[in-house]
Amino acid sequence: MDKIKSIEELRKLREQAQAFLKTRQGEAKVKVYISMGTVGIAAGARDVLLAILDELQKRNFTDVQIIERGSMGLDVEEPVVAVERDGIRVYYGHVTPEMAREIVASHVINGQIVSDWVIAKE
Amino acid sequence: MKIYRIHALICAGAQCLAAGGNGFEDALKEELKKHDLTEEVNIVETGCMGSCQLGPLMVVYPEGVIYTKVKPDDAKEIVEEHFLKGRPVKRLLWKQEEKQFPTLNDVPFFAKQTKIVLRNCGIINPEDITEYIAQGGYEALAKAITEMTREDVIKVVKDSGLRGRGGAGFPTGLKWELAYKQNSDTKYIICNADEGDPGAYMDRSVLEGDPHSVLEGMAIAGYAVGAQKGYIYIRAEYPLAIKRLEIAIKQARASGLLGKNILGTNFSFDIELRMGAGAFVCGEETALINSIEGKRGEPRKKPPFPVEKGVFGKPTVINNVETLANIPVIIEKGASFFRKFGTEKSPGTKVFALAGKVNITGLVEVPLGTSLRTIVFDIGGGIPEGHTFKAAQTGGPSGGVIPAEHLDVPMDYENLPQLGTIMGSGGLIIMDETSCMVDVAKFFLKFTVDESCGKCTPCREGTRQMLNILEKITTGNGTMEDLDRLERLGNIIKLTSLCGLGQTAPNPVLSTLRYFRDEYIAHIKDKRCPSNVCSMKGEKNERKVLNRRLA
Repeated sequence: MDKIKSIEELRKLREQAQAFLKTRQGEAKVKVYISMGTVGIAAGARDVLLAILDELQKRNFTDVQIIERGSMGLDVEEPVVAVERDGIRVYYGHVTPEMAREIVASHVINGQIVSDWVIAKE
Repeated sequence: MKIYRIHALICAGAQCLAAGGNGFEDALKEELKKHDLTEEVNIVETGCMGSCQLGPLMVVYPEGVIYTKVKPDDAKEIVEEHFLKGRPVKRLLWKQEEKQFPTLNDVPFFAKQTKIVLRNCGIINPEDITEYIAQGGYEALAKAITEMTREDVIKVVKDSGLRGRGGAGFPTGLKWELAYKQNSDTKYIICNADEGDPGAYMDRSVLEGDPHSVLEGMAIAGYAVGAQKGYIYIRAEYPLAIKRLEIAIKQARASGLLGKNILGTNFSFDIELRMGAGAFVCGEETALINSIEGKRGEPRKKPPFPVEKGVFGKPTVINNVETLANIPVIIEKGASFFRKFGTEKSPGTKVFALAGKVNITGLVEVPLGTSLRTIVFDIGGGIPEGHTFKAAQTGGPSGGVIPAEHLDVPMDYENLPQLGTIMGSGGLIIMDETSCMVDVAKFFLKFTVDESCGKCTPCREGTRQMLNILEKITTGNGTMEDLDRLERLGNIIKLTSLCGLGQTAPNPVLSTLRYFRDEYIAHIKDKRCPSNVCSMKGEKNERKVLNRRLA
């Protein structure tokens, strides 16, 4: 570890490290819900989840919580991914790993809803 | 930094490890590997979370789900159901009075506490300085040495009204000011981590769970009084705390937060560990100083006080672990923030080690002035089914009992002495009707007899004589004159002993005599132990062993 030479350097380090602990404080700018019921998993939700994690890692975006949930009943649309940002929760259906990456890039990080794939909003 | 979707915080305090936490962690890691989840789940070993009875504990974020009493066999189910499918394992959740509490914040035991000292315990990895910094760590030190004068720092601590948490309650700011005024090139800061009261482990938990907060507090103290060097005097029986402190000191040095020219300023401060061999008397400050100097651990005459002539003859500030852990918060958030908690004369919070006959044993942190009833019944979940509250012992072998009629007493530095007990370092032992108060007094007195260093006569001989009288009473051979003798002897020992050990040793006897005199009389006149603990004249009693375990 490098020596911290000033109060500014300490604060910079703190900001970086804080993002890492966000998950533990239960507060994040964006929440991503993935349905991980039996149907969801059979439809490939696991690969979607891994793609989301990988994309977040690549883009170094940490202000996010990824939460697994049971099926919401809309099995025909599985895998279902919901993104909650700025108080609106948007559901995407039939998500593939490639779609998931784009959802991360435009909606999760930049706040642009990918309207073509939206199945519901609340 | 790596992104994990799940943070699994496993309590790695000594109690949870003793309950088998290591085995669970290994099993969990194994399961994660099997399911290829190691890249998604971050396992963090934290310090004590507080509810030690229900350990080993694990808290899973982002949801904050709390699992209790986890066993290696549970790892498979948790990974497959929760980590893979997002379904918390219900049978392992926190249960109380047939209700389930899914997340940490729902549990009354946690929701009713106020955490200042334990702010990071159970939340961060104590072996990683970056997590401490993320929580705002070392910000207070940086603020003190770059933006504040030494006088400012002392003024803030004085204004906060912080009192020494080791037991005596001496104002910390005043102690610092006295040391600051001493004219000497060399001064020392000592952290007293020689926690010896039976049943008390607040300081150990802070050191295990958040060692950097103590290091930061010491460095701030060093800046304020003009010391360049600090010692942490810790008992060798705390191997985990020592290991985590060593790691913390190493990391702080590597980051330039300890050592020469901290944060590029002129201020230099370094810390060294000193291990004690487990003598209770070494928690007394002058005996502790002797021990650090390599001498026999015996108290010295006061005055001169350590702030004038302490370790190696130099001005020395000795603060308790919990006191020092408060310092960063006070400096960063100011005296008025600290004064929001507690009472006018006893601001802030206090950590208690709740033990004995109570449903949830463990560490609780509450504002000073909280009633004993709140601690025992609201937070501790009350007395086990079918039993009733009889008394609570505060201050360990130096304190006394609080009987049921004083359950509503505010726990602070003013009210407890009026009841004949002391705040002490925070041990809180709850007793029900199966405890014999004469036997309890005998237990604590036996402890001080064993631990008396022998330097002064009142403590060495007087406590031994008191114990002899108690032996007489509990075997059915006591007389009514013995009670007067106990009181007279106790008061003389209090007045004439050299150090705090002897000055407080008679407290358990005097206090039980005050509130439970009828029990003493039953032993003497009726030759009967009302709680069936003492075997009068060799009479055997099966419950004896059971009750001894509590004390």
